[in-house]
Amino acid sequence: MVKTEYKIIVDLIEEKTRVLDVGCDDGALMESLKKNKSVDVRGIEISKDKVQTCVSKGLTVIEGNAELDLKQFPNDSFDYVVLGQTLQAFVNPEIVIKELLRVGKKAIITIPNFGHWKVRLNLLIKGTMPITESLPNDWYNTPNIHMCTIKDFVKFSKIINFKIFKSLALTNKNISNINNSNLFYKNLFAELGIFLIEK
Amino acid sequence: MNIKENIKTLVIKKPLKLDCGKTINNFPLAYETYGSLNKNKDNAILVFHALTGDQFVTGINPVTKKDGWWSYAVGPNKSIDTNKYFVICANVIGGCMGSFGPSHKNPDTNKIYGTDFPVITINDMVNAQVNLLDHFEIKKLFSVVGGSMGGMQVLQFISNYPDKASTVVPIACTSSHSAQNIAFNELGRQAIASDHNWSDGKYLSNNTLPDKGLSVARMAAHITYLSKKGLQEKFGRKLQERDALKFGFDADFQIESYLRYQGSVFVDRFDANSYLYITRAMDYFDLVKQFDGNLSNAFKKTKAKFFIISFTSDWLYPTQENKDIVIALNAIGADVGFVEIKSDKGHDSFLLDVPDFLKTLKNFLDKSYLER
Repeated sequence: MVKTEYKIIVDLIEEKTRVLDVGCDDGALMESLKKNKSVDVRGIEISKDKVQTCVSKGLTVIEGNAELDLKQFPNDSFDYVVLGQTLQAFVNPEIVIKELLRVGKKAIITIPNFGHWKVRLNLLIKGTMPITESLPNDWYNTPNIHMCTIKDFVKFSKIINFKIFKSLALTNKNISNINNSNLFYKNLFAELGIFLIEK
Repeated sequence: MNIKENIKTLVIKKPLKLDCGKTINNFPLAYETYGSLNKNKDNAILVFHALTGDQFVTGINPVTKKDGWWSYAVGPNKSIDTNKYFVICANVIGGCMGSFGPSHKNPDTNKIYGTDFPVITINDMVNAQVNLLDHFEIKKLFSVVGGSMGGMQVLQFISNYPDKASTVVPIACTSSHSAQNIAFNELGRQAIASDHNWSDGKYLSNNTLPDKGLSVARMAAHITYLSKKGLQEKFGRKLQERDALKFGFDADFQIESYLRYQGSVFVDRFDANSYLYITRAMDYFDLVKQFDGNLSNAFKKTKAKFFIISFTSDWLYPTQENKDIVIALNAIGADVGFVEIKSDKGHDSFLLDVPDFLKTLKNFLDKSYLER
C-alpha cells in the first residue's frame, strides 16, 4: 500500500515546486519526488535513526516534531506540505492541519480509514479494539490516538473550515475518486483516504 | 615550547582591521593540510578548531607527539575523507601553535606581547583564515566544518563570505555565547590571573609559568565538556589506587586524579595568555547582535547547504541553542538539515568515537559532494 500511496502523492504534486514532507520516515517519498518531479523537498522526522537514514540518501531533513517544529516555517513557505498517515497520532489534529495550511499553500493528507469493513467487523465480532495489517498495535501501545474514518475527515473539513480540493480512495491498490454519492461505499471499502486540501 | 619546526606558516601581508580597532599586518598564520587539492580545486574543506585545538587535526601532532584532536573524524576513509578531500586547518590568531598570538614578540618594542596583544574576536579569526583560500587559489570551498568554537567560526565564515563555501557544518555550537558559557570562561581566566606566576601576563619575560592557574582552568572547563552520566559511569566514587579514604586532601577519588592529570598535561601544550584571549573571543561572539537581533540576516546572502549537529548530553552548547540556528535558517527558506545525536559523552562527543555522529557527518559530506 505504501508504494501505491507514494505514487498517488507524487502524481498530485506539480513539477519544480517546494515540498515539505512532515514525518518523512526513511525518505522514500522524498526520493521519489526529487527523481520524478524535480521538486525542492525538505523533511521533518521525529526518529533520529530515520533522520540519519535520510541524510545517508542525501536528503535535507530536520529532526523534529510536527506539533512543535512547524512554527519555525514562515507562512506559505512551501507549495505543498505532505502528511502521510500520521494525522491520527497527534494530540491536536486541528492545530496540525491549520499549521500545515499556514506553512504550505496546499496540503496532502493521507489517513488510514478506520471505517474499513475489516475494522468494523473486527470490533463487531471480537468486541476488542481492531488489529489489522495497517493497524497492527494493541489499544494500549498504539501511537494512533485519534483514529478517524474517511467520512469523519470529510466532516472535519466543514467543522474546522478547510477546502478539500481532491479526495481519493485507495482500495486493493486501485485508486478512485471519492464524492458525495459514493462516500458511504468508499468509507466501507477503502483502506486509505488521500486528500489534497487548501485553506 | 619548541614549536618552530614542523609548522607551516603563511605570512599575511594584507592589513587586517580587528574588531577592537587595531590593524595588524605581516602576521603569521600557522596551518596544516591533509589530502590533496584536485584539479578543479573544488574538494577543499576548511576545518576550524575549538578553544584548545590547533592546526594538527589528525595523525600524530608533531609538537605534542599525540594523536591530532580530530583523529576520529578526519583521515583516509573517515568522516572527512582525506582520500577525497583536501583538508585545511589553521591555528587561530591569538593561539599558541605558531599563529600570531600573545606569546609573540612585538616588533615595535621587541618585547613579548603578553596582555598587550590586541583582543581578538571570532570574526577576526575567520578574516585571518580566509587568506588561506587565496594562498591555495581556491575560489570556493566544498565545506566549512567545525565543532564548538570551530562551529562559531563556521557560522561567522559563511556570514562574512556567503559565496565561499558550498556546504556548512556547524557542530555542537551556538550563535551567541550564553551567560553560563561566559561564566565558565571567566572562572578559567580568574584561575589563571590568580596564579602569582602569571604576573599580569608577563610570565614569559620572567621565565615563570602560571601552570597552576592554567591547569585549574583546564580542570574546570573539562568538567563542562563531559556529562554527569558519563562521569558517573566512568568514575562513580571509585578510589584512586587505594582501598579506603585517606582523610586528607590527596586525590582519593579517581575523578580527582583524572582531572589533575588533564590539567597537568594541558599546561605542557598550551599558553595561559592564549587561553585568556581565545575564551574572550568566544565570550564576545554574538552573531545575533551582529545582525541587529535577527540571526536569519546573517545567512540571507548565502546559497550554501547547511547541516547542523548537536548531542543529547551536551549541556554546554545544548540542542536548543543549535536548533535556534536551524530555526533562523528555516525562516529564510535556506537548505538546512539537522540531527541531534544520542550520546552520553557530553560536549566532547564531537571529538570522540561516537559512531552515529561520525557516520552521519560522512554521509552528509559524501552525498553533498556527489550532488555538487
